[in-house]
Amino acid sequence: MATIADLISILEGMNGIIQENKDFLTQLDMPIGDSDHGINMARGFQAVADKLPSLAEKDAGTILKTVGMTLVSTVGGASGPLYGTAFMKAAVVANGKTELTMEDFLAMLDAAVEGVKFRGKSTTGEQTMLDAMVPALEAMKAASGSAGEILAAGLAAAQAGVENTKGMIATKGRASYLGERSLGHQDPGATSFSLLLSVIAKHFA
Amino acid sequence: MKKLINQVENVELEMLQGIAKAHPQHLKKLPDYNVLVRAEKKTDKVALVSGGGSGHEPAHGGFVGKGMLDAAVAGAVFTSPTPDQVEAAIREVATPAGVLLVIKNYTGDVMNFEMAAEMAEMDGIKCMSVVTNDDVAVQDSLYTTGRRGVAGTIFVHKIAGAKAEQGATLEEVHAVAQKVIDNVRTMGAALTPCTVPAAGKPGFEIGEDEMEVGIGIHGEPGTHKEKIMTANDITDHLLSKILADIDYSGSEVAVMVNGSGATPLMELYIINNRVADVLAEKGIKVYKTLVGNYMTSLEMAGFSISLLRLDDELKALLDAPADTPAYKA
Repeated sequence: MATIADLISILEGMNGIIQENKDFLTQLDMPIGDSDHGINMARGFQAVADKLPSLAEKDAGTILKTVGMTLVSTVGGASGPLYGTAFMKAAVVANGKTELTMEDFLAMLDAAVEGVKFRGKSTTGEQTMLDAMVPALEAMKAASGSAGEILAAGLAAAQAGVENTKGMIATKGRASYLGERSLGHQDPGATSFSLLLSVIAKHFA
Repeated sequence: MKKLINQVENVELEMLQGIAKAHPQHLKKLPDYNVLVRAEKKTDKVALVSGGGSGHEPAHGGFVGKGMLDAAVAGAVFTSPTPDQVEAAIREVATPAGVLLVIKNYTGDVMNFEMAAEMAEMDGIKCMSVVTNDDVAVQDSLYTTGRRGVAGTIFVHKIAGAKAEQGATLEEVHAVAQKVIDNVRTMGAALTPCTVPAAGKPGFEIGEDEMEVGIGIHGEPGTHKEKIMTANDITDHLLSKILADIDYSGSEVAVMVNGSGATPLMELYIINNRVADVLAEKGIKVYKTLVGNYMTSLEMAGFSISLLRLDDELKALLDAPADTPAYKA
């Protein structure tokens, strides 16, 4: 399904979509958090994009591990350790591979979800990025057809998951301090995950 | 946005360099890291490392020095520092006696400091940590992240720092830090929001005639908005929440009336005037009072009140010598 060239192109696209949505993500974070999600993600993915030219000859595991370590050391906040852990856990599955199948991708996302749950001591229903990640993973495991079709099902589930966070009361992350005041707000982390997944889905559409 | 800065990307670095140039007798900046460490490394005591997002000055770099912190790690404004930065601080000040991390209870801070401690421990550095959570504005429950760590953290720096300076073991320093956390409570309110330089606009909106009660130190919303009250009324409200949380009756306390950045000392003293009267009325003896900017939120107008319940050990450690840019005893 995916070559190293595909992976590099997707990571470039991820930086692009984060830069385009920097202000949007920060605005989402304003009423419930500390107004920095877009700023932090943009700083981190720009650092990732700067490293991509030196990674073109590497295997998928090395590339993803570098992405994870770069995010951990540049994003800060909670998103840095969470996205960094997600990419580093995916890297373990992709270790040594120069081509990735849909099966590999699902195993990588599975490992990423477990990593985020562990690092954030969190689960679904707490108004976090997991509320987009877990539905996406489940939808893709259940879907059949081409890579494009499976990814489209995952993206639709992630986007529905983002919508669903508006009906949740945050119990993890900084929004949890608001209690019921977090109701009605779309989670910034779930939103950024959905944006990242949309880049993969578009690449294979 | 109206700020005295050069480039948004450089505010943290230029600030740290400015602190280091102002206080060379106390501290220095680590090259390549946004970390301030004591000017002369101590090798015979437990090292204290704290930090967090920038924008809370003098916290935490202003408390690096004798009797308080050995290192302070500064993240981007209101953003936890990354694990590599925290790890660099730990490595620089680590001693055979070990390192105590003082972490404010925010999801990002806890995750980044824990990752750093895991990395340092892999190389044989003995680390323990405490998580401060003094803010009574947010409800504590099994299902949330828990209370926020706010201005009461400064009491942890002072008291655990004094204990470490006396040559106590890591376990003893950890225990006294936890004792402070168990006995300190804080709540604040804000009149105006603050603007993170990189965001360029205020982090929350508040009407000209309103105040945000229970405000966090990152300008994050509190429990509710309310019509602005007199200094005495808002003080009474915040004190009632603090006093309801643990039993202060008959005890001696240390009081901190902390400014959020844009509140003049005049107003902080007006607040303290009321705090002292209310405590006297309730038979709570004030052992020590601190009034000033200890844990700020950029240019936010607002304040917080912290009450630390004291025993003989905490009193002695609070009085022990300290010499840092922002706290002297």
